Formats: sequence, C-alpha cells, structure tokens
Amino acid sequence: MKITNTIKITRLLAILLISFLTFTACSDDDDHDHDEGTEEELITTVRYTLTNGNNIVTLTFSDPDGEGGNDGTYSISGDLDENLTYTGLIELLNETESPAEDITEEVKDEADEHEFFYTSDVSGLSITKTDTDGNGNPLGVETSLTTGSAGSGTLTVILKHEPTKPNSGSSASAGGSTDVEVSFNITVQ
Amino acid sequence: MQKLFFLCVLLYCISATAQDCNITFKGKIIDFHDKTPIFGASIVVLNLNKYSTSNIDGEYEINNLCKGKIILVIKHISCETKQISIDIDKSIERDIFLEHHLEELNEVVVKTNIKTEQSSVEQSIKKAVIEEFTDKSLGDALNNISGVSSLNTGNSIVKPMIHGLHSSRLLIINNNVRMYDQEWGDEHAPNIDINASDRIDVIKGANTLKYGSDAIGGLILLRPKRYSVKDSLFGSTLTSFNSNGLGGSLNSEIIKTYKSGLYTKFQMNYKQFGDFEAANYNLTNSGIKSLNGSVQFGYNSFEKGFDVYYSYVDNEFGILKASHIGNVNDLKNAIDSPLPRVIEDFSYTIDFPKQSIAHHLAKIEAYKRYKGFGKLTVQYDFQINRRKEFDLRRGDLKNTPVIDLRLFTTSLQPNLQIDYFDNLKINTGLLFRYQQNVAFSTGVRALIPDFDKYEAGMYAIANYNLNEVSKLSAGIRYDFSAINVSKIYNLTDWNETYNYDELFPEFEVSIDNTRILTNPEFTFHNISAILGYSKQFEKNISLFTNYGLVSRMPNPSELFSDGLHHSAARLEYGFLTMKKEVANKFVISLEKNSDDFGFTISPYYKYIDDFIQLIPFGIDRNIRGAFPEWKYIQVNAQIFGVDIDVNKKISKNFNYLGSLSLLQGDNLTDDIPLIHMPAANFSNRLSYVNDHLNQLTISLSNKTILQQNRFPDYNFYTYNATLQEDVFIDISSTPPAYSLFSLHTSAAFKIFNEGSLKLEFNIDNVFNVSYREHLNRLRYFTDDLGRNYNLKLKINY
Repeated sequence: MKITNTIKITRLLAILLISFLTFTACSDDDDHDHDEGTEEELITTVRYTLTNGNNIVTLTFSDPDGEGGNDGTYSISGDLDENLTYTGLIELLNETESPAEDITEEVKDEADEHEFFYTSDVSGLSITKTDTDGNGNPLGVETSLTTGSAGSGTLTVILKHEPTKPNSGSSASAGGSTDVEVSFNITVQ
Repeated sequence: MQKLFFLCVLLYCISATAQDCNITFKGKIIDFHDKTPIFGASIVVLNLNKYSTSNIDGEYEINNLCKGKIILVIKHISCETKQISIDIDKSIERDIFLEHHLEELNEVVVKTNIKTEQSSVEQSIKKAVIEEFTDKSLGDALNNISGVSSLNTGNSIVKPMIHGLHSSRLLIINNNVRMYDQEWGDEHAPNIDINASDRIDVIKGANTLKYGSDAIGGLILLRPKRYSVKDSLFGSTLTSFNSNGLGGSLNSEIIKTYKSGLYTKFQMNYKQFGDFEAANYNLTNSGIKSLNGSVQFGYNSFEKGFDVYYSYVDNEFGILKASHIGNVNDLKNAIDSPLPRVIEDFSYTIDFPKQSIAHHLAKIEAYKRYKGFGKLTVQYDFQINRRKEFDLRRGDLKNTPVIDLRLFTTSLQPNLQIDYFDNLKINTGLLFRYQQNVAFSTGVRALIPDFDKYEAGMYAIANYNLNEVSKLSAGIRYDFSAINVSKIYNLTDWNETYNYDELFPEFEVSIDNTRILTNPEFTFHNISAILGYSKQFEKNISLFTNYGLVSRMPNPSELFSDGLHHSAARLEYGFLTMKKEVANKFVISLEKNSDDFGFTISPYYKYIDDFIQLIPFGIDRNIRGAFPEWKYIQVNAQIFGVDIDVNKKISKNFNYLGSLSLLQGDNLTDDIPLIHMPAANFSNRLSYVNDHLNQLTISLSNKTILQQNRFPDYNFYTYNATLQEDVFIDISSTPPAYSLFSLHTSAAFKIFNEGSLKLEFNIDNVFNVSYREHLNRLRYFTDDLGRNYNLKLKINY
C-alpha cells in the first residue's frame, strides 16, 4: 500500500512538473520593451496653412508636452483677406519625436476611417473639402477656403476617427471619436 | 447498556470456544486533537467477529486472539471510522488515535449554517446555483445575494460589489489564494471561471483576517470540492445555449479519487458569444471568448496531505463599439442620442476596443497534524496576470494595446491551527508576498507604472465557545507593505500641478526635456482587528454580531494614475499624497434557519476615514478638445443599510424566496451622497418543486431595482466649438427604476446506471424590457440586455 502510494504521488508530481514547464514555455511575456514614456501616436501640433499665391496664413495649435502639463498655445500668422479663395492644407505632427512625425500621413493611409470637419462663425466664410478617400467620400486634409466680407470669429478643426461615411457634413452627426478639436480665433479684413 | 451486556456475553461465548488462542490486544482510544480518552468507541475484529467497546478512560481490551493477521475497525460517533491491520504473535498494547474532523476529509454537506469563521456574517451560493450561471461571470452569480451588486462595463465585464464597495476593498479568495488581477480598475472584472468552484461564500463582516487586513467591503471565497476518500471515477459535462448573443459554454470535469486519499481533477470550460442584444438593437462588438481550465490533485489523509492546484483563465471581451469616444462633445452626443451610434449586424468578431486577459494561478499546499496540538499548513502560490486593452488606433499601432500590464504575485503562507483546547480554537499565520508589475511599451504613457511591492503580515484569531450556545471570536492582524515605483511624469505637472518637487524631491531621478523620471517609494503599516459574538436561541434562531477595524493602503491606480485612460476616455489622476483608508465596520445578523420558514435580517454600518473615490472633477482642454477629468480624492464616508432574506414553504411543493437590500452612502466631508452606490432593490422567487416527477422545478423570479435618487451632482457645462455655445453635460443623473422577470425550469432523468441527465430551460428578461442600470459604465451609450432563452443540458457520469 505504501509503495503504490509513493508511485502514485511520484506520478502526480511528474504531471505537475510537465504541466508547469508547458505553461512556462507558453507564456508570451517576451517581445515587449518596458514602457519608456514614449508617446508615439501623440499629436502635439495642428497646423492649417492657407495659401493664395504669396499670401500665406498659418494657424497653429501646439502643445509640445501633450496632455497635462503646460496648456497648448495658439498662434495665427496674420489676418485673412476678404473675398479671397485660399488653398488649405492641414498638418498633424508629433513633435516630441525628432524629426517630428507626420501623423497626417497615417490619416491619409487610413482615409476611409477618418474625416476632418471645419466650421466657422465668421459670416461668409466657407470651407470645402477638395480631397476624397478611396471610396470617393470627403477626407478634408486638402481644402478650399473662401472668405466673404470682413469680420472675426472662430474657425474650428475637428478630426474624427471612424465616423459614419458618407455623412451629412456635420461632425456631430458623423459620430466617431474625436482625435483633434481645436478652435482658432481668426479675423478677415 | 443492555445491548452492550449482551454483546459482552456474546463476545465471551465466542472467545470461550477458541481455546488455543490466548493473545490479548489492548490499549486506549484517544482523541487525536487533545489527547483525551474517547468513551464508547467500538472496536471490531473484522475477520473474527469479535467486539469491544472503550470504557470511560478510553481503554479497550480484546482477549483470546489467535496468532496471525487481524483487521480492526474502530468506530465512534462523529469520528472518522478507522481501519488498521496488524500481525500479532503475542499480547500487545496499542493506543489508537481517532479524530472528529470528519468534514475536513470527506464531502462537506453544505448547509447554510456552516460558517467560514464562527460568528461571521456570510451567505453562500452552492453548486446548483453556480451551474445556473455556468456561462456568466462571478459577478452575475453573486448578484443573487442580498447586499451584493455589481459595477459593470457592458454585460460581460462584471465587477462584484458588496455593500457598494468594490475593487481593492473586496478580497476575492480563489481556492485559498488571494486573487491579484489588477483589481483596482473599474473596468477590470475578476478573472475567475466560476465553474471550477463548488461553493462561493460572501462574507459581509470583516471576520476572516486570515486573507488580509483590507477587506473593507468584504470577502468572496471560492471553494473547490473536497472529495471522499474512496475509489471512484466520476465527472459531468454541462452545455448551455443562449439565444441572446447566439452562444454558450461547454464545461466538463472529471474526478478520480482513491481509497488511499489521493485524488485528481481536470476541468475545462470554453465559452463564446457573439454580439449581444438589447431589447431593440444589437450591441455591436460585445462578444466574449473565454477558455479556462484547471487541474487539481493531492493527497488527503487525516494526519497529512497536500493539494496542488493550477488554473488558467483566458478572456477576451469585446467592448461596445459605440462606447469609444474622444472628447466631451462625443460624450454629450452619446448621452443625448437614444440609440448607440454604431449598430451593425450580428457578428462573432471581437474587434477594437477590447480587453484580452490571461490569468495563471498555481498553488501548492501541504498540511500535517500534530497529536494533541493542531494542524500546520504551508501554502505557496503564484499568479501571473497579463492584461491588454486595445483601443482604436492608427497606422502601425493598430494592433498594439494601449494598456499592456503584467502583474506577477507570489506568496508564502504558513498557518497554524491549534485545536488542543476544548473550547478554544486558535488560528495563526504568517504571510510573505512579492508583487511585480511591468508596464510594457504601448506608445502611450502607462497609467499604472512599473513597481515592486513587498508584503509581510501576521495574524492570530481565537474562537472561544463561551457555552453550548454562544461563541466569541477575536483576532488581530498586522501588515507591512513597501512599494518601489519607477514612473515618468510630465515635468510641469510634477513641479507645478502637483507640487511634488517640494513634497517629494527625494523621488526625482532625472529630467529629459518635458519629462521627469521618478522613483517613488512608500511603506505602509496596517493594523486590523475583529471581534465577533454569536448566540443560538431556540427554534433555530441565531444572532451574529461583528465588529471590524480594517485598513487598506492606497492601490497603484490611486497613487500613480496620471493622464489619459484610453479605454475610459477620461483623464484620471491619482496622488502620491494618498493616505491609507481606515474603516470601522459593524454588522449584525439575526437568522432563522429552517426550510419551513427562515429569514436573515442583517443591518450594517461602516464608517470609513479617508475613503478614496474616483470622481469627475471638471474638464481639461487639450488638442482633442475638452476632456473629462476624474480625480481620486479622499473623504470621510459612511455606508449603512440592511439586507433581508426570507424563505417560506407555502405548501408541499411551493416555496417562496424573497430578498431586500437597502443602502445609503454618504460623503460626510462634502455632505453629499457617495458616487456609484447601489439603489434599493428587492427580489421575489416562487418555485414549484416536485421530487416525484423527475425533480421538476419551475420557478418564476422577479428582480426590481429602484432608481437611485441619492447621487452626487457632478454635472458640468462645456463650450462646444461647433455649436459655438456652452452645453450641459449630464453625467450624474440616474436611469429610472426597472423590473425584470425570469423563468427557470429544470428536470432530471436517469439515463444509465450511474448517470443522470438534467435539462434546464430558462428565460431571462421575459418581457424584453429595455432598461439601463446606473452601475453600468456603458449606460450613457446603450440599453442593457434584452430577452434571452437559455437551454442547459447536464450529464453526470
């Protein structure tokens, strides 16, 4: 009786050892580095460049230390001229990396999952998206901005991730989650 | 006595005929625990038909035995029957030890009055109820107990709450091992396969100091079955199918036991669901995939034994697509919209966002009993928890989780149970634990940093029988813990927002541009104590009273959270200045235990100093627009209420079961209600049981949850750039009351010799009510589950 018991226990311990080894071999805790505090998908800078010949206006929002810490800052290079059409180009950058990473490229690569929305309360100012994604729906990296008469107000740029496409053109109805939402104070004169 | 006399006479007659044999076998029958003689034990010589009975001094004597092998069977009421075989060639004297802890060796016959600790206030659910929830979670199963509710993220991530307290305030003990699975997060459900357990106890008082000093909410004990010492092979297979989510589970277990005391058990469970359905629409990306298994083996005898257990849980939870939001305006749109913003056709695919969690748990336990002293147990265990949370990301990071943590925990626990004294039982033990968290690189700043944590603790509990009907228990525990952390902060936040450069200059390591690497180190000392008294009255009525002083050190998320919590779409801030929480708990329970009419009335009161709560604290403006900020803050709090359960046998076949839970939680510092407190709720269940007709059971249940009218108002206004105006964000108002009906039917059939088949058909949410529960974190986005038809089939073999 004693001997059979010992055999049984030995056998069970062997099973334990094997299962333990199998389990250790299966664990997948290897291929990652420790967290170094890097923020690869962070967007620190939104730059909207409006061009008409030599007339260039840039609207920049910059928050170099990301969420928390110092607040972001807005800088507007100048006023827009009235009754003029500008070509607009949006750039999203991660400037915590060197050289700065261009997030706009990632957005373009996944154009069907993204869309920019532009709104302004300056009267007569209108913005049209001039580019499309692979399905022919608007994307909004490239735009055309036309000013009306003089005035001032805000211009808001919103980037939605996974919005409903096509949509009615307003960011609220498009749903999705907001990756960028910045409001510039602009003047048209 | 007459019988005994007759027996002795008979014995004499028999021995008189065996003339050549004159060997005497005598000795004493002694209690293993306290070495006292046992009176009235019977000793039977199996192959000779000879008997003897021990006298008042425990002495026995068998005369006129022949040379050779004899087999003795020693029996005593409430003791384990012992069988020994001896070769005898001359008269010998031998003492025989008997033990009366039958329940520790054999199957425990579960009655509601078997307490984990004497005088504790607790409630249990048994295997039959666990099986009802075979394809659900621990939280769902426990929701049936009065005073227990849950904090949900959708319908599959269910975090149990006792008296409104959850996360680090609840100790979950799985097969005697305290679970460490990053339980601090609101959306982190315990990684437990309930199918591996035989019984689950919920301890509302603070009694069991054995497992830790921080059970401010209470304890959940999951117990495996103890198997009888006999040669046997058995098992069962349970399958379940559901109309809602078009999925189910398959659970199989097989157990082999040996007469020698060896046993082994294998258990496997696979569960899969597609998108679940609310009353009127699909809950896109709410599927589950789960694979669990456990292996257990050991050796069980009275004097010594061991138990080895390993379990693996692998869960993948889809998180409602519509709940993925960016900023406050997205939240506002979700709250205002009656429908989730993404509703797609049914699918089994689990897309982003999702959680993927693997949990390994292993333990080795060995015990030895010492005569006239007690039982020494040593347990070693380790756990690995790997948690990955995936969000919607761009480009190369698409398949990289936003949270990727590995928590490793290992502990060594020697325990000593002294049962030498008649009326006094002492339990004492030590604890040594090491814990390591690794935050893997995910491309975002980790919310929970890398840390090493060391713990040591000691406790002693005494249970004293004052007299036949009343018991007193008291205990004390001391815990030391030290945590060593490596964390990168935003330099401006470190210096200005938190002022840590002045408070904790010693933690600073190096500065890199806008980031600062820090090395915070903290130590905590915790003392906890319990005092309990119980008294039995006539008519099965008993009274339990409990007092507990419990303290809890702040957990890593309360100390170190600092920034965007992606899957919650909010900024969460913890603080290095957190102090420990200290609670005083009082629980009373008046119980009547009877099948005809029974009840439990259990009022409680908890006062918690420096209660840590995560609450909305305004908004932060960043590149994504306005973001909700949540902060961990400490307040003084009180929680009190009453849990009532009633059972009544209406007639031979009809039973009634009812329960009611009332609770109020107050933030005494700000004189407002506490956030996320369960609303008053009650349930009724009427059952028809016919044992003669295939154990046919039909029961109709109703559960009503009233609207929580006591909530703190953390609503706020935020500027909406598209609308060019301030908008009101109502994140505090609670959804209206709801009432759900469910129907359960079951019947058992004998299919072959040793086998039986149990069939179950159930309907949950019979009337397909659309409702939202205020303790569901996804209530802003969607309704809760609609109707479900469920079919279960269990085969025992």
